[in-house]
Amino acid sequence: MFSNRYIYIYATILVVFSALILTLAAVGLKPYQDKNIRVEKMQQLLGAVGLESDAKNAEELFDKYFREQHAINAKGEIVGTLIDGKQTMGSVNPFAIDTKKQMALVKINDPSAVLPVFIYEKDGKKTYVVPVIGNGLWGGIWGNIAFADDLNTIVGVNFDHKGETPGLGAEIATPFFEDQFKGKTIFDGDDFKSVEVKKAADKTSPHQVDAISGGTITSNGVSDMLNNSLKFYIPYFNSLKN
Amino acid sequence: MAEINFKLIKNPLSKENPITVQVLGICSALAVTAKLEPAVVMSISVMVVIIMANLIISLFRKTIPSRIRIIVQLVVVSLLVILVDQVLKAFVYDVSKQLSVFVGLIITNCIVMGRLEAFAMSNKPFDSMLDGLGNGLGYAIILVIVGFVRELFGSGTLWDYPVIPQSFYDMGYQNNSLMIMPPMALILVGLIIWIQRSRNKDLCED
Repeated sequence: MFSNRYIYIYATILVVFSALILTLAAVGLKPYQDKNIRVEKMQQLLGAVGLESDAKNAEELFDKYFREQHAINAKGEIVGTLIDGKQTMGSVNPFAIDTKKQMALVKINDPSAVLPVFIYEKDGKKTYVVPVIGNGLWGGIWGNIAFADDLNTIVGVNFDHKGETPGLGAEIATPFFEDQFKGKTIFDGDDFKSVEVKKAADKTSPHQVDAISGGTITSNGVSDMLNNSLKFYIPYFNSLKN
Repeated sequence: MAEINFKLIKNPLSKENPITVQVLGICSALAVTAKLEPAVVMSISVMVVIIMANLIISLFRKTIPSRIRIIVQLVVVSLLVILVDQVLKAFVYDVSKQLSVFVGLIITNCIVMGRLEAFAMSNKPFDSMLDGLGNGLGYAIILVIVGFVRELFGSGTLWDYPVIPQSFYDMGYQNNSLMIMPPMALILVGLIIWIQRSRNKDLCED
């Protein structure tokens, strides 16, 4: 039998020792984890414009093609610009924006929300990539939508999710689903229509794509995500068009 | 060097299988087996955690006060699981994303706690490691079988490579969506238990 004193000391040492190991691991591994997250963000942006990249060349490709980045407020004004990795205007770093936090502000119509636009440039042609965030069945879903320079036609999308059901909702992150969005448009004249993810969609419609059977809630989540997130960028798109 | 007790590895694979005989760790077996790859990575993670936890608990077994032994076991398991999760996040980010919450849920896997309580608390470190390896393998083999069947018939792929030829689909073959749903994993585990018991009469209760 052990005395109470022994038990208390034993428990204290055990917990303090465990906490120490975890702290060391967390601090020591943080730079690697942060780098993975940065690289993943770059890969997703590259994926939206149809560029395959791996963890090694993502940074290089990103710096080469995404030279211009802006931070946009709810009125469509630019509040920060990053060119070739240097802050040339304003104080907001577009790449460092916590999109999730800002998107939550957008949801409650907070005028202070600021979101990024990433501009991909190849052969003098610009492609505008914007992030979107929403909810699936089990957790968050997010993605990047790339628009041609008419700011209406989608040239590529890229979705990801926290933990949708494999084989069902998780299929939103596969090319088979993502490719449907190519060529769809979000405006009808001047009206914002977004793109709807729908069961038995009319494939000829520029605003509809087919939902995933068995993944209805995730599919609806994608619809809502596109509608809610892209709305924020309408003023900015309009200011560019004029 | 201690002699290797092969029974410790062999028994959990058949007549003491943690999933089909002891019916432990069913939750994760249902959750991660819709495809083969997460099932395999999950199996490896569980194996690492169970071997290490068995070793640590066994090393300290004589100093652990019995009144707080469950808490001590839980702290050790949580510590290992969080470490595994952090390491996966830092060095194999893709895999860690795929497993998402299930790595954290290894903490609640009954097999790990069960082996600590039933074996590591009263056996030598080397035997405990073997016991952990055996039980980890016993868990892995069921996950891989279930994951194999579910991915093959549910998605028509294996390890994300298409294996069912397009001509089958052209003739009207369809993937079975029920395979991807969690209930089918339960049915498959049930079938495995049935087959196993019909071949090994010792396992049958009256």
